[in-house]
Amino acid sequence: MNSVHSTDSGQFESVIGLEVHSQLLTKTKMFCTCPNIFGIEPNSAVCPVCLGLPGALPVINFEGIKLAVKAALALNIDINKRSVFVRKNYFYPDLPKGYQISQYLEPVSSGGYLDIKVEGVEKRVEINRLHIEEDAGKLIHVENESYVDLNRAGTPLIEIVSEPNINSSGEAVAYLKELRNILVYLGVSDGNMEEGSFRCDANVSVRKKGDPGLGTRTEVKNVNSFKFVEKAINYEIERQIDVILDGGKVIQETRLYDSKEDLTRPMRGKEEAHDYRYFEEPDLPPLILTDKFISEIKGSITELPTAKRERYTAEYLLTEYDGGVLTQDKEIALYFEDLIEINEGRVEIKKIANWVINDLLSELKTRDKMKVRKERVIDLVKIENFLGLILEVETGNINKNTGKTVLAEMLLSGKKAGEIIKEKNLAQVSDEKGIGDIINHVLEENPKELTDLISGKDKLFGFFVGAVMKKTKGKANPKKVNEILKRSIAEKIKGCRE
Amino acid sequence: MDNLYGLTIGELGELLRQGEIKSVDIADSYIKRIKEVDTSVGAYLQTDFEEAMKNAENADKIIMSGGDIPPITGIPLSIKDIFLIKGKKTTCASKILNNFISPYDATVVKKLKQNNYVFLGKTNLDEFAMGSSTENSAYKVTRNPYDSKRVPGGSSGGSAASVSADLCAGSFGTDTGGSVRQPAAFCGVVGLKPTYGLISRYGIVAFSSSLDQAGVLAKDTTDAAILLGAVAGFDERDQTTRRFEVKNYADIVGRANKASIKGLRVGMPVEFFSEGLDPGVNSKILEVRELLKGLGANIVDISLPDTKYSVAAYYIIATSEASSNLERYDGIRFGYRYKQEQGTRGLGLDDLYSKSREFGFGDEVKRRIILGTFALSAGYYDAYYKKASLIRKLIIKNYKDAFEKADIIIGPTSPAPAFLIGEKTGDPLSMYLSDIYTISVNLSYLPALSMPVGFADNPTKPGGVLPIGLQIISPWLTEDRLLSVAKIIEGEIKFRENNINKKDIRYE
Repeated sequence: MNSVHSTDSGQFESVIGLEVHSQLLTKTKMFCTCPNIFGIEPNSAVCPVCLGLPGALPVINFEGIKLAVKAALALNIDINKRSVFVRKNYFYPDLPKGYQISQYLEPVSSGGYLDIKVEGVEKRVEINRLHIEEDAGKLIHVENESYVDLNRAGTPLIEIVSEPNINSSGEAVAYLKELRNILVYLGVSDGNMEEGSFRCDANVSVRKKGDPGLGTRTEVKNVNSFKFVEKAINYEIERQIDVILDGGKVIQETRLYDSKEDLTRPMRGKEEAHDYRYFEEPDLPPLILTDKFISEIKGSITELPTAKRERYTAEYLLTEYDGGVLTQDKEIALYFEDLIEINEGRVEIKKIANWVINDLLSELKTRDKMKVRKERVIDLVKIENFLGLILEVETGNINKNTGKTVLAEMLLSGKKAGEIIKEKNLAQVSDEKGIGDIINHVLEENPKELTDLISGKDKLFGFFVGAVMKKTKGKANPKKVNEILKRSIAEKIKGCRE
Repeated sequence: MDNLYGLTIGELGELLRQGEIKSVDIADSYIKRIKEVDTSVGAYLQTDFEEAMKNAENADKIIMSGGDIPPITGIPLSIKDIFLIKGKKTTCASKILNNFISPYDATVVKKLKQNNYVFLGKTNLDEFAMGSSTENSAYKVTRNPYDSKRVPGGSSGGSAASVSADLCAGSFGTDTGGSVRQPAAFCGVVGLKPTYGLISRYGIVAFSSSLDQAGVLAKDTTDAAILLGAVAGFDERDQTTRRFEVKNYADIVGRANKASIKGLRVGMPVEFFSEGLDPGVNSKILEVRELLKGLGANIVDISLPDTKYSVAAYYIIATSEASSNLERYDGIRFGYRYKQEQGTRGLGLDDLYSKSREFGFGDEVKRRIILGTFALSAGYYDAYYKKASLIRKLIIKNYKDAFEKADIIIGPTSPAPAFLIGEKTGDPLSMYLSDIYTISVNLSYLPALSMPVGFADNPTKPGGVLPIGLQIISPWLTEDRLLSVAKIIEGEIKFRENNINKKDIRYE
């Protein structure tokens, strides 16, 4: 939407609050002992409790409480030693009991913050609360029929609600990425947005710059990727500004983001006209957490991305950028740290970092697009094999480019670098005599280029290097090729003058 | 041996262990009795005599093999049709559950099975336990064994009638606002509602979760103690049960001694003896007071000032919770689903919900769902639900204070004896008031018991009588004290010995 008012829109600022739902990586559901798993036969992970059968009662899964408290502690949110479960009542076929067990006025934690960095600028996003609830099931629509799958019903969720102090889609995405990363680091969530285990609703409003109050907000739902969050927020900001500049009023409503059309649409009035009739869940006593319980969880929190990043710059002397890239994914960070450990100082850390960032990660990115899970790539290239490859290059056994070929082969076969080099005969040709012979050959084959080079066309030096590499199928040690070629040409020049 | 159905669980158990009789004899006696009498009483919604005989044969084998035999092994019992029994229909006397077969056992039922009880059948109730007369059943009328024109009370009316009419040796019911005690009073049997959380609610269809508690209906206090002991205790499936100590209630009651009444502080709440109390009931309760006084008890006047709000608070809390608990009956996954002539296809989701619920629920259930939904609505929550919860706290405090002065509290169970069928169905409020003395006990999570202490003349049946119930209330988790005092009163009054041939049911 490129509005005619775009010149006026500069006088507005946007105010965004985010509600994040994240599934917890518990073995069982939040209030029963059914397995908490994804992608199995519909209605096969169900029991009287999560089916909402008459007489069934919920029982708190303390593993879920532990993960929620862990997340809250990592996000600097104060733990409430007493919290209360409530019922959120509404009718929908995917909600078997007719109510969702959640938390409302007395959540397990409230009041915290998360520091983010957007384009080099630090910002503290205030967090209102983190509470525990259960997920609903899923409806599957096939032509004119609807089916209910309750495998997901009752799986544990945390909802993390930010204060409305995010001011751009860029900040929103940075916040979400950092939040997701932390939850994954903690082992609280798998962070999978496509499967819906990490989802977000955005509350968006705009106001004139300097206005103390908040504008009327809309809630944007159905944004299941970082890219869509950004686009949906941007769309909604522009839409609201247009409404106001056209003399209209923003209506408080829930809107759905349509990623195909890249716009938001209001949900039908009926779907959002809910009075949830919250009240204390009488089947569950208040949740009381002891200091011991909380401190034990605190003690179990491992190094978080920010701390890792800082350590990488201080201890490994990496740039902030490199640290950022390496810690973006917990699996990668741990992989990198393992590499350094078995390296035992043989290769410079910066070089290892480059290998991971430039070679392994780019490989992962291509695979990501092919929807192959990253974990498998890491599994394919064992840490010792990857370091072996780096060492082959560092010792000059193969050159960097051949190294890339070897890596690609490793991903296919999972074999060791040495084996691949031997099998494919990729070892670098480094002996002076051999390379010298090839160079002489190449010089003889290209008399015109040689004459031009001698007469001062220096860039033809590269032409000869390339020709030599081609002849050796890339196996020649480029350093050696340069050395010998320089020497040969110098001799030729000398010969001409004499 | 003739008329085994007339004996208590305690008596039957003794004969079983002595080898005088077999469980199959008892089961046979009850089956004959049910076939003969239940057509006029209407206590059962379903029976399974084949299973009863199988259970009894199994129990006989276990008794034969010797060892430590639990007191309910081989004893035929009835169960209110609100408890889930695997493979059996659970209707809750509602049309909306007309086809619901339980896929699992309630914890109470599981424990009974472990004790090798004999299952006779499931008893009638007010739909979803909402009512005080069992008239709200979608399926049948249950009649008071003392007067077939009168109600058995409710909601556990079928259970109370089945015990009173000797159609079982004992029964399990539920008590949310008096649903065990009031029918026990109307039918002249012992009804015990234990402390909230002493018996698991798992597998009991929920009406009001913070008030519901399973209870027992028995021919005497010893039997009540036996039945309680069989099912009480912590359940990992119900987080409102606690790791309470489960006492051997039957042993304790067996040792109850008149001498223990000496010095016992017996509280009489002034609020329970005011306007609206039937004079016949009043005089019987005062007789009990004199009896206890005679045994050396100190009678103390106490006050429970906030219990005057208990009916109001109760009907907000209970209906609010019910409105939520009953949301699962939506026609989607189980139970009754409204079908158009051409099938459900084309019926919108909202229509499917509202039609299924419109035709599946009865009037009283719908009335309470609407009341509760209103009380929880945005803008009304503070004025109703929140205020009712505050009153509940005040009532709890009233009882706490009262138990500083008294060891137990006595009073009437119900303002009047059993009323006529149809007498109150047009006036829900007067129906609600029949639970005025029992409701505050549920709001306070306390244990209480109703026991028959005599008769009032039946005003509509010359020469007929109607039982009167005494309610005894004691502090949290003092069921042993409650039952012991009841046992001593029972020994003095001898109600069972004096009630022969007073019932209005056909005897062979």
